[in-house]
Amino acid sequence: MALSRDQIAQRVAQELQDGYYVNLGIGIPTLVANFVPKGIDVMLQSENGLLGMGAFPTEEMVDADLINAGKQTVTMATGASIFDSAESFAMIRGGHVDLTVLGAFEVDVNGNIASYMIPGKLIKGMGGAMDLVAGADNIIVTMTHASKHGESKLLSNCTLPLTGRGCIKKVLTDLAFIEIKAGKFHLLERAPGVSVEDIIKLTEGELVVEGDIPEMEFG
Amino acid sequence: MSGFDKVVHSYEEAMSGLTDNMTILAGGFGLCGIPENLISEIKRKGTRGLTLVSNNCGVDDFGLGLLLPDRQIQKIIASYVGENAEFERQMMSGELSVELTPQGTLAEKMRAGGAGIPAFYTATGVGTPVAEGKDERQFNGRDYILEESITGDFAIVKAWKADRYGNLVFRKTARNFNPMAATAGKITVVEVEEIVEPGQLDPDEIHTPGIYVNRLIQSTFEKRIEQRTTRPSGE
Repeated sequence: MALSRDQIAQRVAQELQDGYYVNLGIGIPTLVANFVPKGIDVMLQSENGLLGMGAFPTEEMVDADLINAGKQTVTMATGASIFDSAESFAMIRGGHVDLTVLGAFEVDVNGNIASYMIPGKLIKGMGGAMDLVAGADNIIVTMTHASKHGESKLLSNCTLPLTGRGCIKKVLTDLAFIEIKAGKFHLLERAPGVSVEDIIKLTEGELVVEGDIPEMEFG
Repeated sequence: MSGFDKVVHSYEEAMSGLTDNMTILAGGFGLCGIPENLISEIKRKGTRGLTLVSNNCGVDDFGLGLLLPDRQIQKIIASYVGENAEFERQMMSGELSVELTPQGTLAEKMRAGGAGIPAFYTATGVGTPVAEGKDERQFNGRDYILEESITGDFAIVKAWKADRYGNLVFRKTARNFNPMAATAGKITVVEVEEIVEPGQLDPDEIHTPGIYVNRLIQSTFEKRIEQRTTRPSGE
């Protein structure tokens, strides 16, 4: 079975460590905040200028001056700080964020990522994504392994305009957890009930499969 | 003494000197912390051919989106657009020129512009459409592109509180691009919710010193919320 959006988020959350500063992109990455393992404290960075993002506010707490990068009303966690956009991206570009999780349309064997533009169709802009992929060392891309029509999103070469070049090392899809090194995809884990053959079939770029590939575990 | 008093009493005065084809830097992220009344004044004035530098371009009937129906914006430099239908129409038809710029690069362009730094190298955008036509150089084995800074004829800024000398305090995430925009305008105009007397703000709490501010006006704000997300009470 392919993983649900929540399960993808849950598997990403297993990569969190106590004391991590984390930037979560819009979509599935946002859900990671719901699955932070017990006993672990993380601080969420929102690139519009908030470190220590809290839960959504109650109706009475809503404050138009307090939003996240997805323009949603939020609250501040204990120990939060506020800063301007240049400071926010100094954190990101300076490599101070421990983990970045973001979505993508395509990833390729050279660690290239395309996530912001479909020429002629979707031209909304990159927001902070180009800064995030260029500045972070530890990035996890979350996406579906293939399109609804069965076209692989793990390619030998990205076809869409790039968000970043050679910057992605880990991809978690609804089928597999994959590492990118030396110009190849490496299969680390598979979703429960999904066979290695299924994954190979839906991976267009070269995929290295070494030994028995364990199933992902969910606590 | 009064030479430091930046307060003006009308929006007409606040935006006087703005003429066609000028460049305006605007603070705000989405609709949060946008100089909404200064934008309305630009609409009222009907100034055209403007180049806007702002993270976003508002929505159809609020924020910078208000300047679209009368075709007042000729070009926009932004990181994320397309929250409004008229914007998309003008972009697709070529009436509106759009220069998409990574958010951190945009913030740094304004910061550098205000600090007298003409350009800077960054890894952001290397190998992407953003790098096209830009100088590339290696430092310590890594590739960087040269990005030029931005200044404006005007900067329009929203702060929370100010003293008469233009010392500014922002509130929560309404700060965003406002401090950088404030430094990079030839004429920086700031609208605030409250103006106090000099000495009433703790110098340690001032986010933007008054040296950057030319005109200051007090007003009220709608503060429209783009995505009202809540959780149930009692949770």
